[in-house]
Amino acid sequence: MRYLPKSPAERQEMLTAIGAKSIEELFETIPEKYRLHDALKLPGPLSEAEVIDYFKQRAGENSLGYTSFLGAGVYQHLRSVITDTILLRGEFLTSYTPYQAEISQGTLQAIFEFQTLMCQLTGQEVANASMYDGSTATTEAVLMAERLAGRGRVLVARSVHPEYREVLRTYAKNSGLHVEEIGYTKSGTVDAASIKSALRDDVAAVVVQSPNFFGVLETLPGIADAAHGVGALLVVAIAEGVSLGAVKPPAEADIVAMEAQSFGLPPSYGGPYAGVIASRDKFVRQMPGRLAGETTDTEGKRGFVLTLATREQHIRREKATSNICTNQALCALAATVHLTLLGKEGLREMAEQNVSKAQFAIGELEKIPGVKRAFDGPFFNEFTLEFPRSVRMINAELLKEQIAGPLALGTAFPELTKHGLVCVTETTPRTEIERFAAAVKNILSNPL
Amino acid sequence: MEKMNDKIKKATRHTNQNEGLIFEKSSPGKRAFELPPLDVPKVDVAKTLGAQHRLDGVQGFPEVSEIEVIRHFTRLSTWNYAIDLGMYPLGSCTMKYNPRVNEFVARLDGIATEHPYQPQELSQGCLKILQLLEKCLLEITGMDCITLQPAAGAQGELTGLLLIRAYLEKQGNARRKVLIPDSAHGTNPATAVIAGYEVQNIKSESHGQIDVDKLRDLVTEDVAALMITNPSTLGIFEERIPEIAEILHAKGALLYMDGANMNALTGVTRPGDLGVDVMHLNLHKTFSTPHGGGGPGAGPVAIKKFFEPFRPVPILVEREGGKLALEQVRPDSIGKVRAFGGNFGVLVRALAYILAYGPGVRQATEDAVLNANYIRKHLEGVYDLPYSLPSMHEVVFSDAKQKRNGVNTMDIAKRLIDYGFHPYTTAFPLIVPGALMIEPTESESKEECDLFIDAMKSIAEEAAATPELVKTAPHTTRVKRLDEVGAARKPVLRWKPASHSKAAD
Repeated sequence: MRYLPKSPAERQEMLTAIGAKSIEELFETIPEKYRLHDALKLPGPLSEAEVIDYFKQRAGENSLGYTSFLGAGVYQHLRSVITDTILLRGEFLTSYTPYQAEISQGTLQAIFEFQTLMCQLTGQEVANASMYDGSTATTEAVLMAERLAGRGRVLVARSVHPEYREVLRTYAKNSGLHVEEIGYTKSGTVDAASIKSALRDDVAAVVVQSPNFFGVLETLPGIADAAHGVGALLVVAIAEGVSLGAVKPPAEADIVAMEAQSFGLPPSYGGPYAGVIASRDKFVRQMPGRLAGETTDTEGKRGFVLTLATREQHIRREKATSNICTNQALCALAATVHLTLLGKEGLREMAEQNVSKAQFAIGELEKIPGVKRAFDGPFFNEFTLEFPRSVRMINAELLKEQIAGPLALGTAFPELTKHGLVCVTETTPRTEIERFAAAVKNILSNPL
Repeated sequence: MEKMNDKIKKATRHTNQNEGLIFEKSSPGKRAFELPPLDVPKVDVAKTLGAQHRLDGVQGFPEVSEIEVIRHFTRLSTWNYAIDLGMYPLGSCTMKYNPRVNEFVARLDGIATEHPYQPQELSQGCLKILQLLEKCLLEITGMDCITLQPAAGAQGELTGLLLIRAYLEKQGNARRKVLIPDSAHGTNPATAVIAGYEVQNIKSESHGQIDVDKLRDLVTEDVAALMITNPSTLGIFEERIPEIAEILHAKGALLYMDGANMNALTGVTRPGDLGVDVMHLNLHKTFSTPHGGGGPGAGPVAIKKFFEPFRPVPILVEREGGKLALEQVRPDSIGKVRAFGGNFGVLVRALAYILAYGPGVRQATEDAVLNANYIRKHLEGVYDLPYSLPSMHEVVFSDAKQKRNGVNTMDIAKRLIDYGFHPYTTAFPLIVPGALMIEPTESESKEECDLFIDAMKSIAEEAAATPELVKTAPHTTRVKRLDEVGAARKPVLRWKPASHSKAAD
């Protein structure tokens, strides 16, 4: 087998050195009746060419050739070839968690730069080295708020990504958290009046997302003031990080939970991505996840180490702030390389192109009789439309035109059966937006 | 600076590049990325978003050129040790070769480009990949059903315990306690707490195994499960595991197996046959998806049939005519443990690995166990072996002999760096004071194992003759031992323009 670096003679030589007659002897502690005597029924072995062929065939059964208008937490953005060039360096790809700092300075400095970039983006003072994704980052942010506030009620906007809310519910079930959901207004923003009336001194956190699941920007200062007024924390989730190139960061938040997929990570059918938790310096000891910190060596030279590990499971065991161990380090490195490439101007230009494209797209779609915007709040690169027919029906027709249409909102929001979420980014060509609008117009002009 | 001693055969010092933080290279107006021109009318962003939302560029963001980005990250990369450079014998971490074809297929158009919400008609290829991986992992583990969603081992543990809780709740009582041996990974107790369970630690008996007689007394109707790692973190197979399962089952409790050490069992025995009810796999260990400096991983959870209704959604199902679909609604499901369907890109790599081996994956297991025993044989006597039961894929020594000269496991580990190796795992498992936990994996040749053995013997000699040399190691790295206490006392966790002096490198 090409991955195994031993000849039969070497195996024999090693067995002899050990003093074993056969390899079976090394497995004798496994009771005989539980040892397998037949080979596993697995496909293969495949040569490299056959492995590639298998996956190319599967790739051909997916969406190649289709244009997608899907976002909803996963976004198609430009990626430079440089990102993968760096990620594929074996020194990054095939190294472990940097516990041995002297021979892990590359990874450690990159994490330190990642933490800095995440702070700059989110307007926060400290950021961790990554969580699994936006949903678990949001959940862990809420658990962190619960510990900080010492309270058990949480108010979560329904305009937070439905899957983030579901993950929070799964984790909350056994941690004594009581999660209450807050509705949205006709602007598509969280109902701030409902938050205010639900806020009492037993609330640990208010959780909103901006841009929210409907694409609309939330106005945070009023919500922050209301939460802080009763000693609750404001947790802000961000699913579309590129928005931060054009939209003010949630500096009012006490904890920001972000999905970093938009920063150089392909959609990859749901993962791997990278979650981020950013917060205030004073809250750092309740943060989950790894942190890299600057220090000096015995000769006074600058270096980096994993630090504040007494929060973590390998030290604190059942008293840890989280059970997370393996995180999304390589994805965080992808984000670091990608954002470094983009830089200040690149990120701003990318974000602003998204704003222009989305405005163009909504303009084209609103011209179609019966199609109207569902919410009047400002949006970044995603918007919710109300159609005169069910979105599912429209999408079935759009597929014939090689278009993956808007996300139907009816499953997560039963009151929005005729509503679809449309996303356009800098990667969506104008001609495709026009073709999409023409196809929708054509579908709606046909009788049911 | 130490002169390279001639016993150091694997490594030679050579110059590597200094490099500051990227923020220190920034200068306004430099760019490394250009976008294609906008093909729609440009809008006034402030007017569109509202002045209160508008941001004029992220403060402090780097402004550098393309060549500077390449050099920056390439220079950083050269400061890391990696499997690609040599043996990485971290016990419990299974640092094996990461085949490059796996990276290639995970990046294919039609794989990397797929959106998790795209219609299932357009996702049959992705779903077939998931289905085949499910089948392979079930064959390997001997379990009945599986979920591929958990993002890592610790999330797999949580998913597993939530399945146990849901199942027991359905029977009328979720129970209160989870039993965890003192040799377990720290994630086990941390996870049990999140799942709402009280942790009861159980002491290992003198050979490092679970004390089965004591276990019999501890298992009451208040116990939900025992979390066991097999082989244990000592690298020893729990011979009495079928009996342990029986004891638990007799009281209605369940057996959870941490699959961190499946590299010792794959193709040789199956947890499902041993009485295990729930287990997770670490695809980034056993199935060779790269560790990437700490992640991403994937922690599928394989279960017995009776847990099936409780699996997290979405669930992969095969409809009539062979069409695959994801079901989102299951009344008894524990819910979602993460957004979307899992770390798909990691799952792709794991399947590519399994397909390359096929049934021959047993050879990998055999070679892993062979390497560990070969190293054990040669280092026994040189280092103290606190538990003498046969080793599987890893061997745990202690620093008891070297301690007499004031040299501890961390010192030996740091000295190993000078010899061109990544250290083994230090100070774990907790039941071995001063542990040296060595897991070579199947990816090491006899030659590399011999170099490692020579290095370890040489360090043992140094520890006796020149202990200071070992205690002040490493001597050849670009930084010396770092002040971890200072880092924690006054944390500096991000770069700020004012607080940093010029790069000290």
